Amino acid sequence: MFVINCPYCGERDQQEFKAGGEAHIERPKQPTELSDDEWAEYLFMRKNIKGVQYERWNHAHGCRKWFNMVRDTSNDEIKAIYKMGEKPPSI
Amino acid sequence: MSENLRVKSSQYIDETTRVSFKFNGTTYYGFKGDTLSSALLANNVHLVGRSFKYHRPRGIMTSGSEEPNAIVQINPNTNRTEPNVRATEVEIYEGMEASSQNCWPSVNFDIGGINNFLSPFFPAGFYYKTFMWPASFWEKYEYFIRHSAGLGKSPTLKDPDIYDHKNIHCDVLVVGAGISGILAAKNAAKNNYKTLLLDEKNELGGSTIYENNESNKVDNKISSEWLKKEIEELKNIKNLEIKTRTSVAAYHQYNYLLARENLTDHLEKKYKTNKIRQRLLKIRAKKVILATGALERPMVFNNNDRPGIMLSSAIKKYSDFYGVACGRKIVFFTNNDSAYESALSLNDKGIKVEAVVDIRKQSETNLEKRVIDAGVKIYWEHTVVDTSGYKRLNNVSIMKLSNDGTSVTGNKISISCDCLGVAGGWTPAVHLYTQSGSKLTFDEDKKIFIPNKNNSDQISVGSCCGDFKLDEIFKNLNEKLKDFLDITETDFEKITVNNDQEISKRNIWLLPSDKVLGKTKPFVDYQNDATAKDIKLALREGFRSIEHVKRYTTTGMGTDQGKLGNMHALGIIADTAGVKMGELGTTTFRPPYTPLTFGTIVGRNVGKFFDIFRRTPMNDWHVEQKAEFENVGQWKRAWYYPINGETMHQAVQRESKAARGSSGILDASTLGKIDIQGSDASEFLNRVYTNAWSKLGIGKCRYGLMLNEDGMVYDDGVTTRLGENHYLMTTTTGGAANVLGKLEDYLQTEWPELDVYLTSVTDQFATASLCGPNSKKILKKIIPDLDLSDENFPHMSFKEAKIGSIVCRIMRISFTGEQSFEINVQASYGKDLWDKCIEAGKEFNITPYGTETMHLLRAEKGFIIVGQDTDGTMTPIDLQMDWIVSKKKYDFIGKRSLYRSDTMREDRKQLVGLLTEDPEVVLEEGAQIVSELDKKPVEMLGHVTSSYFSPNLNKSIALAVVRGGKDMMGKKLFIPMEDKTINVTVSNPVFFDQTNERLNA
Repeated sequence: MFVINCPYCGERDQQEFKAGGEAHIERPKQPTELSDDEWAEYLFMRKNIKGVQYERWNHAHGCRKWFNMVRDTSNDEIKAIYKMGEKPPSI
Repeated sequence: MSENLRVKSSQYIDETTRVSFKFNGTTYYGFKGDTLSSALLANNVHLVGRSFKYHRPRGIMTSGSEEPNAIVQINPNTNRTEPNVRATEVEIYEGMEASSQNCWPSVNFDIGGINNFLSPFFPAGFYYKTFMWPASFWEKYEYFIRHSAGLGKSPTLKDPDIYDHKNIHCDVLVVGAGISGILAAKNAAKNNYKTLLLDEKNELGGSTIYENNESNKVDNKISSEWLKKEIEELKNIKNLEIKTRTSVAAYHQYNYLLARENLTDHLEKKYKTNKIRQRLLKIRAKKVILATGALERPMVFNNNDRPGIMLSSAIKKYSDFYGVACGRKIVFFTNNDSAYESALSLNDKGIKVEAVVDIRKQSETNLEKRVIDAGVKIYWEHTVVDTSGYKRLNNVSIMKLSNDGTSVTGNKISISCDCLGVAGGWTPAVHLYTQSGSKLTFDEDKKIFIPNKNNSDQISVGSCCGDFKLDEIFKNLNEKLKDFLDITETDFEKITVNNDQEISKRNIWLLPSDKVLGKTKPFVDYQNDATAKDIKLALREGFRSIEHVKRYTTTGMGTDQGKLGNMHALGIIADTAGVKMGELGTTTFRPPYTPLTFGTIVGRNVGKFFDIFRRTPMNDWHVEQKAEFENVGQWKRAWYYPINGETMHQAVQRESKAARGSSGILDASTLGKIDIQGSDASEFLNRVYTNAWSKLGIGKCRYGLMLNEDGMVYDDGVTTRLGENHYLMTTTTGGAANVLGKLEDYLQTEWPELDVYLTSVTDQFATASLCGPNSKKILKKIIPDLDLSDENFPHMSFKEAKIGSIVCRIMRISFTGEQSFEINVQASYGKDLWDKCIEAGKEFNITPYGTETMHLLRAEKGFIIVGQDTDGTMTPIDLQMDWIVSKKKYDFIGKRSLYRSDTMREDRKQLVGLLTEDPEVVLEEGAQIVSELDKKPVEMLGHVTSSYFSPNLNKSIALAVVRGGKDMMGKKLFIPMEDKTINVTVSNPVFFDQTNERLNA
């Protein structure tokens, strides 16, 4: 179980958080303009990387804020945490 | 009756307190401080169990948690019985009972022992190979296999004990209180780290505490004497907490560890009552120091499993710590020097050591010389080739080893003995280390796996990282601690340590015998009866991965998880396959390190604390009315209110008729309620619901359908516009938390520019829903000054009013098709409101109804329940709810997906009504629907989602999803059941009041 450093609350136990999948997948601004394939790319396709992955997390049982995390999925090392809208750090 | 092998008084045993206990029905005596195994050995009882497969007699092998054989049932046939307990760990107390497992009728005469003589027919994979054919016979085989398998008996009576969980946060956690752990904990605490020291034993000091070897000196004192002083000093150190009888079960990432603290298992029955038996410690440590020590290995030779064959280190502990001789004529068999320490120690106490059999050519330490001086014969370069004695060892046969160690030569020498101490070298206990995600490396020189790459802020110290000699331990511990704790010096770095020099050893994983391998029984895993032959067979049959060999041969799969035998299994595989052990890797070390009771795992979460549940403010009233309850999410909702012994069906029929006939009342407090405010609230609703919201007038209500981005229905509910920038959304009872989470997600991550604030107000309001033709009259009685005319207060509108001084929000909305009013008050007034409604409704025979009637009434109207009539694969179009999907809005969540090729298919499953040919027959929810009975395979068209007998229509009605159902109106379909086929006709899903006249009736 991780210890996650919520950017708003500080270090908390993982059980207060909910994982929200891959980060930096923006909802298309004009979905109706997209082909089925393009929409499917947004809707269904995720990378599921073994290694460094950019993810969304939510402090569901805390401040309810969403934020981003860079995590190495092979050993669960959390490399960075940053707020929504902030530029992802390069790792 | 029993003999006394207590040889010397021991300072660790309270010999003034005699303890009587029963083992297999016989009463024995031990002393306070004895484990079951030390007490049994003191009575010369070695035979304690039978092995799993061959039912071979087995004796106590070790003195710790690695014990494979001596596993017993504690207090059989009582409510405190526990199976698979290691006799080497459990402390005896007055009145304790224990019995052997896996034997019938008794451990001395076990019918299953016949398997031993049939063993040539039970090779590795026997069950896989034998019980495959014919496949249909498996059920018959299984019955017998299940009966002959299994070790202890699980308890059947209610557990009388209390269990607990505790969270602990500390700076430094030290696991293991041997000499390394004690020094580490002491130095951490002294340097202002909040430190926790744990040990699975009841005494601190590990194996050093009874170390009396004259050659091992610390600060010129015998190491045990020096350590006792150190332990004494621990008491005065603040910042240091010590827990004994506490076994760390699991080491997870981020230094999160679980440990089981044993509080009453060693106490007499009268002291157990009303105390916490075991406590699960959930430890989050900033830093972890593993000082888990090492486990001695046995050696793999023919018939190496007889009662009386033990680990050399265990024999030493029984004599030095418990004052018990494990035999009267003891032989040691070794590949390193540690057996000599045991031999000397025994000799000092007057226990006869017959001989030491050593597979090495020679060794030149002081120890050997002292053993020779003591008159003990040493057989260099010899190996044990066989042993004899069915229930107790009486003889070992030895022969000279060839130079390459693969065969034996010369004459067989027979040595009479009743105990054989085996010393096969030491394996670092790296179980917890690898559980944490850290990686091992194989030391080809020492032939052991040692810690290599740490995955969290941790170090391993002492013998668990491969340091076996005292001077080495002190030196490396000093360096590691200074670095790890960031301190300039330790309190022991200037202390002189002396011990015997270099331990030379020789490793032969499988020792040869004068017989061919096929005629021998060299056990690798004692508990599961896996032999070296089985491992070689697995390799011949093509298994290569250690994980596969493990599962095929069951090596390492017993309750001891192969703590003794796994290294031999690896060694034999490596030697046979001609690869390096380091390249094979290890099997995965999984938690728990030692078994946990279910009680410890669940802690206080039993009975009514098993799960969280929520109750409405009106709950007491429902209970008084003897309502039956159902669980909806975490809520306890009134299901139906039986009167005079009504069945559920009778109650629901009565409630449903009353709600349409006069008036009904439902506790709707559990519906999710989200308060939405902000200047972009209308825009926000436009984006999350399928229909349009901008033009909804203040004080009006609207039903909304929410989709997932994939176009499937996610939730529904009525939202009310309370003000220009203020809405109150209701959600389904079970979906409330998820809907709020989803809305927050979009607000925070996709549309942060919107000025919208969401607040859950589910718990803040209590809701009574009045329904039926007389509902208006009842409401009028409660709030006389509110204009309830259809002009002033039409369907789908909202009023704020006061009942006395209580402010309430009233929505005229309906989930039943009847004229209905949902009255919301501050939760604390919920019961008041409810009482007032019941009182005012008396003259109209107001009938409380539960969730079942609510479901029936809405089904009569064809209203869906998200999660019952939908399952995450239904679009609004599938539900025939096209009317709620705005064509004008440019975008909303899920809109684009409604135009995917798959969602536009005409032959998707669509919601329809079903009417049975026989109106009395009620369909089963979930029943499959077909159009052709004769065609094979039968094509499944869909299934029934909701089904009731409608008292208001006096016939059976059902909702169903059917492939292409939209175009099947009036078509006859079939529902094949186990005993009959039911004929149905597809119908409009709205069965009752299709023109909605009753809403304004």
